[in-house]
Amino acid sequence: MADVKIDLRNLKAGGFIKERGKDLFTVRLRVPGGRMSVERLSRIASVAQKYGKGFVHLSVRQSIELININFANFDAVVAELGEEQQKVASCGARVRVPTACGGCEYNPNGLVDTQKSALDVDEKLFGTPTGHHKFKVGFAGCPFDCPKSATNDVGLQGAIWPELDAEQCINCGLCAKSCTEGALTMGENGIPLFAEEKCIYCGDCLKVCPTGAWKEQKRGYTVRIGGKWGRSPLVGTLYATFLPEDRVVDFIASVLEWYKEKAEGAGRVRIGDIILREGCETLLAHLRKDFPEYVVDRTIPPQIIQTQLPLQRQ
Amino acid sequence: MQTIDLRGVSCPTNFVKAKLELEDIETGTTVEFLLDDGEPVKNVPRSLKAEGHKLLGLKEKDGHYVLTLEKGED
Repeated sequence: MADVKIDLRNLKAGGFIKERGKDLFTVRLRVPGGRMSVERLSRIASVAQKYGKGFVHLSVRQSIELININFANFDAVVAELGEEQQKVASCGARVRVPTACGGCEYNPNGLVDTQKSALDVDEKLFGTPTGHHKFKVGFAGCPFDCPKSATNDVGLQGAIWPELDAEQCINCGLCAKSCTEGALTMGENGIPLFAEEKCIYCGDCLKVCPTGAWKEQKRGYTVRIGGKWGRSPLVGTLYATFLPEDRVVDFIASVLEWYKEKAEGAGRVRIGDIILREGCETLLAHLRKDFPEYVVDRTIPPQIIQTQLPLQRQ
Repeated sequence: MQTIDLRGVSCPTNFVKAKLELEDIETGTTVEFLLDDGEPVKNVPRSLKAEGHKLLGLKEKDGHYVLTLEKGED
């Protein structure tokens, strides 16, 4: 095989992952937010048919992975996928391809355009070396949070802050009946009472209100930082609320900046573990510099989930 | 007023049934739906609103809910 030539630039961001056995690799494709045009899907199918083993793997982070690709075919696979249409993803200590739910275009629960946010982050930050460990971003369109956003290094969840125009209220009680969190109850005068501290920003009251008396005062993302899964899971905690969609890329870049600096010399460590070591205050202060109106006053450290108990030895 | 009883019918069958019933009703007509507490009363009104019907009110009656609405444009 001495005559095999590979364009090493194709390997720069990773995405070619060693399999069991000689010469074989998995090629992880870049599918931000899990949206795939049918045209791209059929292109991938034909490349997989030609170079693969007869199946692909749908990864848990919404990628399509080509299986059993001989490394001698790397250049041909990249070329035939089509440079512009379908790029290869990343692995290693880099910003990974963001995941997202379907968003708000067709899903009635979606409050924000998670698909657009995933594309923005993918375009601006994909493949950025962290210097330490992988860095995952996930977008959920609403507090149902199907993508489990808080298990990402930065997880974003769509949110609406409701506001009542009592003049338009017809006292029907549908909002109070729809509010799963018990934040709305009907007052004696027939006007709903809003217990703000119970609201999780799902916007169900706006969606059911017959007259549009419930309006949106703010819309954006709830941001949690420091999550991960794997051997020692952490659930990320709250750092910002109602972050506007057009500030998402800058916010994540700012989190990365803090991570790069604070993890210096720490080796292969995720941001959640750095927060456990450093405390939350310096990260809050760092983010407050550029995002004062969205960063919360206080937060708690990433939450340790003891999945190994009771097996863990003392 | 026509009453459509959706009690004992679970989601999403209750919503589809409501849609089918509304197909035979003229735009502008007021109808009422009987809905169970829980998921049905939380989901069905919102879905009917999203389909373009005008919700008029909700009342609790003997352990279930009565939703009144005006049929929207076809």
